[in-house]
Amino acid sequence: MAVDPGYAGREYPPTDVYEVGREKIRDFADAVGAAHAAHRDVGVARSLGYPDVVAPPTFAVVVAQRAEQQYVADPRAGIDFSRVVHADERFTHHRPIVAGDRLVTVLHVDAVTERAGLAMVTTRAEIAGEDGEPVSTVVSTLAVRGESA
Amino acid sequence: MTADAAPATRPVLADLAVGDVVATGRIEVDRARLVRYAGASGDFNAIHWNERVAREVGLPGVIAHGMWTMGAAVTVVADWAGDPGVVVDYGVRFTRPVPVPDPGAAVVDVTATIGAVDADAGTVRVDLTVACEGTRVLGKAQAVVRLR
Repeated sequence: MAVDPGYAGREYPPTDVYEVGREKIRDFADAVGAAHAAHRDVGVARSLGYPDVVAPPTFAVVVAQRAEQQYVADPRAGIDFSRVVHADERFTHHRPIVAGDRLVTVLHVDAVTERAGLAMVTTRAEIAGEDGEPVSTVVSTLAVRGESA
Repeated sequence: MTADAAPATRPVLADLAVGDVVATGRIEVDRARLVRYAGASGDFNAIHWNERVAREVGLPGVIAHGMWTMGAAVTVVADWAGDPGVVVDYGVRFTRPVPVPDPGAAVVDVTATIGAVDADAGTVRVDLTVACEGTRVLGKAQAVVRLR
């Protein structure tokens, strides 16, 4: 089944709250090899002016990919994950994510284009605090090979 | 313990010029690291830990998560800046996969170079060269860092 171009422009309702935990930040920092003590030690994070341990710059992908599931796991969207390659990713941090954050994400499908049997799907996850304060914008593009490619 | 994590010398914007190589790093990645990243990130795509599945979809074998490579590369920038919270923008293109052997490990080399200085905004753009065995695996890898 082909990727449905009709999803472009779609905006999903806000997700359930994602509560950022200290141990989750520590595990993520360990996994990417982020050695800075501000990921693990609350005292160090506070000495840098943050209220709690700081997430590594790409941690927002954990939050964004949960929101993206609303779209990519929708069978009618036509995204066959066995044919997906991650093309690009960009994070814009309005402020760093810290432990204790309660984040709500609104997912947008910014573009669905197709050429030469390759569909390019661009999503934008707008991550905010429960109060609406912008936290991070995560733009992700997937390339989906067609059946014959 | 001391609560002073910041290195004695944090980079200062006025001292930086386009073309300066500010940091380099060499990062090893093995299969266990990918399993760890899968758990930490929630990305359990089997091509990152199951040889059979990776080959079935036409890959040479298990490959690293692109997001692992992206996340590992920027640690070089965060360590240089002395504060991981000052990376205000970071984008990459995933140009080539990083095959991860078993047994053994792949090695990813990172070089961070100043690509632009914006004195008004108080930011620098750090351009990252990220290569595995001499092949660039990320394209247009750029991090914007806020400095004082």
